[in-house]
This record gives sequence, structure tokens and C-alpha cells, in this order.
Amino acid sequence: MNIPYTVEERPDTGLANGKLGIWLFLASEVMLFGALFSTYIILRTGAPEWPHGELNVWLGMANTFILIGSSVTMVMAWASLKLNDFGKHRLYLILTFVLAGVFLVNKYFEYANHFAKGELPAHSTFLAIYYTLTGLHGIHILGGMVVMAYFIGPGAKMWKTNPEQFTNRIEYTGLYWHFVDLVWIFLFPVLYLL
Amino acid sequence: MHSDPEAIRKQVRTYMMIGAALFVFTGITVAVNQVHLAVPLAITVALIIATMKGSMVAAVFMHLNHERKWIYGALILTVIGFIILMTVPMFTTMDHIGTPIHAGAPAAEHGAAH
Repeated sequence: MNIPYTVEERPDTGLANGKLGIWLFLASEVMLFGALFSTYIILRTGAPEWPHGELNVWLGMANTFILIGSSVTMVMAWASLKLNDFGKHRLYLILTFVLAGVFLVNKYFEYANHFAKGELPAHSTFLAIYYTLTGLHGIHILGGMVVMAYFIGPGAKMWKTNPEQFTNRIEYTGLYWHFVDLVWIFLFPVLYLL
Repeated sequence: MHSDPEAIRKQVRTYMMIGAALFVFTGITVAVNQVHLAVPLAITVALIIATMKGSMVAAVFMHLNHERKWIYGALILTVIGFIILMTVPMFTTMDHIGTPIHAGAPAAEHGAAH
């Protein structure tokens, strides 16, 4: 059975189903992170004092550069498919995957450093919300890596059988990945700088 | 979405420029933080820069600068929901509205009168 409108656009929405689907998913993600940002505001405004300088700004900045770089490589992976260059697409997708891995390794060292000093979530309200927000974001990074690994590996076969659908899949993966980058763009100043 | 190779090549140049701009804005965010501004001003500046960066990612990388109306419709609903979520913290303080600042003192006097 063929699933309709994976490549061609639906006449009523003017969109392939996958595209509307990923945007609705991202809308739900905005609400998920929005609820946590809202919680952060409540906790911060209700706290008699809020710690500053507990996190390593330079490591946070490095991770921001890494994620921005990965967003550029992700969009280049999609553009390469549009230019019919599968080799470049593969290279850019692998680069995106590696950058995502480097982000998580940095995060591991950051967490390990806090754990070594006994700074667990129960240590303070700030650390509780820090671990919640960055942990959830980290899970999203991991989820993106799983999807990318699939398209680098077994999922890449579709390029030969249905290149348009494969290009659409990479576009949807990219939309998710840019959203993960967008969340970090706000998490970095909120947690590391303010 | 463009499928013409020349249009895609043009877009690629835009992606690179936006990527570079995002790096520069991140540097500016950290540099401003090193100046140690007053907390309200620091929050305002950092969030303005973050919003600019986020808008660039959404508009260019996520192609929201030329999308279909169904996606804009879904996002308008999301923005409304997000604004409601961001105003929820205000409701936590609303029970103080109309309450005298020194609520304890009149209450004590009121209690003493009986």
C-alpha cells in the first residue's frame, strides 16, 4: 500500500503530509519547552537570590558554536540533495552527526564536573531547572542523532528508489534539527549568562 | 520551495551568511555579558540578541520566510499558546492585587477589635 502525499502536495493544504506533520510536532515541542521556560521564570522570580557564574560560559559558548555549525551543515545536506549531489549530502550529514556527538561529549564533561563537586539537581533550584532543561534538550539531540544515523546508514537506500521522498525526509529531519538549535540559542543566555 | 539549481546555489550563499551572522551574534552576546550590565538590562539585551538569532534560524534555515499558509496558521496558534504560557508566571502574583502591602497589620488590628 502506498502512503499518499509523501512527495506530491495535497490539493487542500498545498503541502506534503510529512511537512505539515513535522510542523505540528514542532508546535507541540514549542509548548513543551515553553512550559519549562515558564517554570524557570516562576522559580527565578520567586527565588530570594539567583546564582551567577555557576556554569562554564566558555563551554556553553563552544556548544553554541557547535550547534550553529551543525545547523549550517544540516541545511547544506538538504541543499546538496536538491543539487543532485548525494556525495556532498552524505558528507554534510555525517558532519552534522559528528558535531551533535561533540556537543553531547562537551555536555558529559560539564555534567561530570558538576557531579564531582556534588552539584546534583537536589543541590539548588537553579541546578534542578538547569539539569531539567539541558537534559531534555540533550535527549532531543540524541533523538536527532538516531534519525541522522538511520539516513546515513540503511535509510540512504531510498535515494536510489525515490530521491524526491528521500529529499523530503532530509528536509523534515533538518526542520527538527534547526528547532533543537533554536531552543539552545535561548537556553544558552538564560542559563549561562543571566 | 525552489528546485532550480541556480536558485538553490543562491540560497546556499544565504545559508553561509546567516551561519556567519549567528556566530558573530553569539560572540556579541558573550562580550556584552563580560561588561557586567545591570541585571534587567543584561536580560533585555541577551533576549533581544537571542530573538534575532532565533528569527534568522526560523526564517532562513527553516524556510519560514516563504512557507504555505497552513504552516503559518499552525504557528500562529502556537505563538498564542506560547504567550499564554509565558504569562502564567504573572498569575502566580495576581492574588496580591488589591491586598494592602502591610496586610498583616490591619488583619491583626481587625482580629484584636473582636
